[in-house]
This record gives sequence, structure tokens and C-alpha cells, in this order.
Amino acid sequence: MTGFDNFWAVYSNLVLGLGINSLLALSIYLTLSCGMLAMANAAFMGIGAYTAALLTMNYDTPFIVSIAAGMVAPAIVAFVIGKPTLRLSGVYLAMATLAFGEVVRIVVLNTESITGGALGLNGIPQQTQWWHVLLALVLVLLVLWRLRHSRIGRAFESIKEDETASGLMGIDVGAHKMLAFVLGAAIAGLAGTLNAHLTFFIGPNEYGFDRGVDILTMAILGGINGLTGPVLGGTILTLLPEVLRGFADFRLMINGVILVLIVLFLPKGLWDPARIRNWFGKGGKQA
Amino acid sequence: MLEQQLINALSLGCVYALFALGFTLIFGVLGVINLSHGAVFMVGAYGAVQAITHLHLPLWAGLVFSFVLCGVLGLLIDFLVLRPLRKRNAPHLIPMIASIGVAIVLNNAIQGIFGAENLRFPSGIVSTDSMDLGGLHLTALELGIILLSFVLMGVLMFALKRTQLGRALRAIAESPKAAYLVGINVEGLFFLVSFVAAGLGGVAGVLIGLYSNALFPLMGQPMLHKGIAVIILGGMGDIRGAMLGGLFLGFAEVLSVAYIGSNMRDAVAFGLLFLVLLVRPKGLFGTLQERKV
Repeated sequence: MTGFDNFWAVYSNLVLGLGINSLLALSIYLTLSCGMLAMANAAFMGIGAYTAALLTMNYDTPFIVSIAAGMVAPAIVAFVIGKPTLRLSGVYLAMATLAFGEVVRIVVLNTESITGGALGLNGIPQQTQWWHVLLALVLVLLVLWRLRHSRIGRAFESIKEDETASGLMGIDVGAHKMLAFVLGAAIAGLAGTLNAHLTFFIGPNEYGFDRGVDILTMAILGGINGLTGPVLGGTILTLLPEVLRGFADFRLMINGVILVLIVLFLPKGLWDPARIRNWFGKGGKQA
Repeated sequence: MLEQQLINALSLGCVYALFALGFTLIFGVLGVINLSHGAVFMVGAYGAVQAITHLHLPLWAGLVFSFVLCGVLGLLIDFLVLRPLRKRNAPHLIPMIASIGVAIVLNNAIQGIFGAENLRFPSGIVSTDSMDLGGLHLTALELGIILLSFVLMGVLMFALKRTQLGRALRAIAESPKAAYLVGINVEGLFFLVSFVAAGLGGVAGVLIGLYSNALFPLMGQPMLHKGIAVIILGGMGDIRGAMLGGLFLGFAEVLSVAYIGSNMRDAVAFGLLFLVLLVRPKGLFGTLQERKV
């Protein structure tokens, strides 16, 4: 067992990072599956992380309460900003949500008395256990899987394909979009909470533009046709920099090259059931 | 004091406008949100510093050098990454993700080669003269930035509005397929746009490098964020809007630093952007015609 203990001592953060990044990828998958390119997930992650960490540090709340708060707070914020923003479509929605994310980051930076400003929050109790992350991931996957095969999931699909037609068929487009947005925010908040109680420290710059883009990249890279894709994408983008350690200074560069190559040669993402069926010669539609 | 702030705002706004021009040109014509534009901007600044320090080029030659260097880089990006995706009719998010990969490659290649510490232009490269215009203090650098930006913008505007080339580009922006059918060399113009857009980005990089005199591998990221804000403010793909949006952002930032406080500087761009999108979903100066995306 010592071999495993050593491995765990070195890599536990990485392994838990896999789960957390998968959760993040799933959170953006949810809005993407409803046809919305909303990129506020990094901000929601931050809102969740800060809410939960502040509760734990200042009021010593039980972990489960912090987690709940870390999910509810971003969901409420999502609900409030969702009304005006979700009217936008395509790139404009993406940009508005990115801009919202930057505003959140800067508000956190400038409310030093509460959030510690640029110095961030230090000394968050490390309460996240490996099974917390695993349980969260399994539960989220279960919920999303149920959702996907329910009436609501089919409505999402339909809105993604054609918003106007869905509206004409009697689907409440606004409400479904809002549901996807709020639920995605809650999942991102969950990931943020777990992450905050794992890394001991959080700062506003972790939740900026670059994180938002990272989250989107994980989902798109994995493929957004199902639940497997985002998890796969989250896993690969977490592991890649570690696997490439041998390249020292240039490892992130190789990371970028691999990202470009994957996008170039597998434009539908890594997890593309049609292509995989093709490989094994079981027919399936030509991708 | 206000007039002095306006001068600062004008020179800063000009650089934003230059950067945003390339960005919006690529979006308008190629339909790609090119997130590697910030990295290209950074490469331009580094290229000029290297050319000026090691080849002892004068500043104007350094500017030309980085325009060409970045232009070629833009061509390469288009040829190696965007064109294959175009050929395959990839969904519109895919080229954006690819451009993130390109940005990661460029940022880290530069960091690997030149290190993460700040680089500077050699001293004495810009004359430290300044002139007083009716009580206003205008340095040679600021004057140069403003003039160069306006010349470049003017040339671009003229080319787009008045020449056959510009008409062809606007046709492609409407519909590449229809443009192809009426005999326009679409691929060739895509290359040209990639070259010019990246070149403008590179020149903006040199100017910001001169202005702040600190070059670092991630210097393009904040610029990229502002570029996004600018092209949304101006209406996506709208050349005139990008120029006005850039100037507008420059003024908004400088005035907010002067009257609200420097820590809110970065909030201004995105706060404005957020508000503008809620009120006018197509941007401040964007035409409100519905276009199918």
C-alpha cells in the first residue's frame, strides 16, 4: 500500500482536479446543450467558492451547508442576470457573460474587507475528501443523465436545433433556457466550493477570463453530444500539462499544439459516437 | 487637467482601435473570433524589440518589420489552422477553440525563448521631445501613436469603402458563397485579410510596448479582453464601429482613472460592455439589421 500512499500524496490534488474540472465541463455542457454559449461559468464557480469559503471560515458552518450555499448563491445570481442576458444569442451572449465574469472578478478585487481583494482568501479548511468529489460527480452525472432523457432534456435539444420552431410547438423557450443557465451555475458553484476547500487558497484571478475559456475548451474538446465528452475533455486537459512535464519550459506550448491538432482532426470533439462506430466498422452515419 | 487627460485617452484609444480593427476584420470577413490576436499582438512587440536591439533598425523599420512578421504569422495561422477548418465546414465555435490553442502555443513559445521577465525597448529609441499646444503637453510618442493610428485607419477605411478590393471584401462579409459565385477570389482575400489584420495587431503591440515600455509574454491577454469589449461596443465586424469603440474605451478608461479611481479601470470596459449589450444587443454603433448567424 505504501506505493499507493506515495502516489496519493503526490497526485491526490491532480486526481481531485480531474473530478472538479469534469464538473465544470458538465456545467457548461448544460447551457451548450440548450443552444446557449454562456461563458459565465468561471464567475459562477468563483461566486460559489467565495460564498462557501467565507461561510466556512467566518461562521464555521458544516461542510454540507457550505456546499449548499456555494450552489445556491451562484444559482440566485444566475437567475437575476439571466432575465436580461438570455435574450441575447450567439456570440453576443458569450461576450455578455464573459463581461459579467470580468465584472465579478473586479468586484471581488475591490471589496477587500470581505474577500481579501487581490490577496484572496487564505487558510480555507481542507475539508474536501476524495469521495466528496466522486459523489458530486456521480450525482451530477445521474441528474444530467435523467434530465437528458426527460421531457426537459428533449426540450433543450429542440431549442438547440431551432429556437423559433420550439417556441411555436409550445415549448417555453425562456423558462427552459433559464433552467439550464441556473442549473449550470449551481454545478459550477459546486465545483468551485469543492475546489476552494481543497486548495486552501482562492484568489479572484482564478475565476477570470482564462478560466472561462478553459472550461469551454474542455467541453468542446471532449465533445458536447453527450455526458461522456465533457468528462473526457476535463480529464484530458487536466492531465495533459502533467504528462508533458518532460518538456519543461515548452510543455504548455506542446499542450497548445495538441489542442490545435485535436481540434483540426476531430472537429466534433474526442467523444463522437458516430466516428467511433465508423472505426469499428459497424456502420453508423458518415461524420 | 482635463485636456491633458483627453490627450492620454486619445493615444490609448488609438491603440485600442488599431488592435480592434484587425480583430473585427477577421470576424467580419472570416467569421472567426480569433482569440490568438492578443498573442500576435505580443509577438509584434517582441519582434520589434529584437529587431531594434539586435539589428539596430530605426524605429520606423522596427514597425514595418513587426507588421510583416505578424502578417506572415497571421498567414501561417490561417493556412495551417483556419483554412483546414473552413474546408471542413467546422461549426463556428471550433475555429475559436483552435485559436485558443494557437495563443497558448505563441505565448509559451515566446516565454520559453525570451523568458518571463519584462523586456524593454532600448532607451533613446523615441525622442523625448515634447511640444506644448496651447498649454497641452504632447510627447513625441503620443503624437506619433495618434498620427500613425489615424493614417493606418484612414488607409484601411479608404481601401474598404472606395476600392474594388474593399467591395469584394464587403461582399465576402455578406456571404462567402455568393462572393465566390460572382467570381471573387475568396481564399486569396481571406489570406490578405489574415495578413493585414495580424499586421495591424503587431503594430498595435509595438505601440503599446513603447507606451508602457514593458513587454511580457502575456501582455496580449488584457489587450485581447479589451479588444473583445471594443468590437462588441462597436458592433461586431463593423470597421467604423471598432475605431469609434476603441477611442470610446480609451476615453472611458482614462476618465474613470482620473475621476473614479485606478482600481476600477478594468471594470470600466466590461461594465460598459455588459450594460451596452443589455440595452443595445447589437452594439453601440452596430447597425440594427437582423442577420442570421
